[in-house]
Amino acid sequence: MAKFNKKKSSELPAINTSALPDIVFMLLFFFMVATVMRENTLKIQNVLPYADQVEKLDKKDLVMYIYAGKPSERYRQSFGTEARIQLNDNFADVSEIQQFIYSERESKREELVPFLTTALKVDHETNMGLVSDIKMELRKAEALKINYTTRTGEASQNFD
Amino acid sequence: MARRSTPEVNAGSLADIAFLLLIFFLVTTTIETDSGISRKLPPMQDEEVVPPVIKEKNIFQVIVNRNNDLLVEDELMELSELREAAKAFLDNGGGVGPEACDYCEGAGDPTSSDNPVKAVIMLVNDRQTEYGTYIAVQNELVGAYNELRDRTAQRMFGKSFQQMEADFNDVRYTGNKDRLKEQIEQVRDMWPQKLSEADPKN
Repeated sequence: MAKFNKKKSSELPAINTSALPDIVFMLLFFFMVATVMRENTLKIQNVLPYADQVEKLDKKDLVMYIYAGKPSERYRQSFGTEARIQLNDNFADVSEIQQFIYSERESKREELVPFLTTALKVDHETNMGLVSDIKMELRKAEALKINYTTRTGEASQNFD
Repeated sequence: MARRSTPEVNAGSLADIAFLLLIFFLVTTTIETDSGISRKLPPMQDEEVVPPVIKEKNIFQVIVNRNNDLLVEDELMELSELREAAKAFLDNGGGVGPEACDYCEGAGDPTSSDNPVKAVIMLVNDRQTEYGTYIAVQNELVGAYNELRDRTAQRMFGKSFQQMEADFNDVRYTGNKDRLKEQIEQVRDMWPQKLSEADPKN
């Protein structure tokens, strides 16, 4: 009878890992290119509400962000616990919104201005009074396209 | 001097360094784009303009009070029932003659809306209402419109309204885009989003 069992070497050959850095670098470049660093440092609490009838907000360069919510822990001392608006990196007053919109428009190319959208990132515990004031200012500044930024999920979770 | 061959650079730790960078970028990456409910604000109006008269039965009133309670047409309602109630109102089609609605499937109640083009949803909220509640209500109302649009789109063009919009925004879509746009407009005109927001009461 023929013998099928070949002579096996007693130890496993080492796996060639010389291509590993190449693979890792490939992944690295992908993430480097895809990364978007956070533009603004949040000074407020910003737990967004849930909604499921959402539309994607792509073209990040055509979006202006307005944040609102209670000041976060370390700003409570100086700014209190009342909900505030944050534009760029600073707390702002309602009256500063129009100025903010105009300066944002100024920084964009003229043909893109009609496509600008204002994203309202508002904490879910904020009172509607503040949001209404923001919307009123946006109407005055004729920035009518808005988007209530939300997390995706069942709307009933907002009541928990 | 004896010529020695240059020793090979040890590249064994290269992978470690690359991994370190990789993990850093993995952690800091936020790939997902923001998403949310898109709305259009009404432009500022002159004081002199007289608001158009709307029949009481064509108005669907949704009130959210300061305790985040929902009052629909003067009755207390749970959020989970709001979407069906809004759909029933929009889809009612109680009009007769020129105001009849031939694509409505509702009850045809003469005390409810005439047709979807006339039907207005009025949302009133208090200044103390929580934003989360407001978004939940908005979400349900937009959801009602979306479901009705879907139904019509499915019946007329054999695909959902979302699919039509996605196709329209897709650069690789091979079909006729102009026709698609017309179809989208058609569905939109059949179910216009007439969502009016009153200034909050104190």
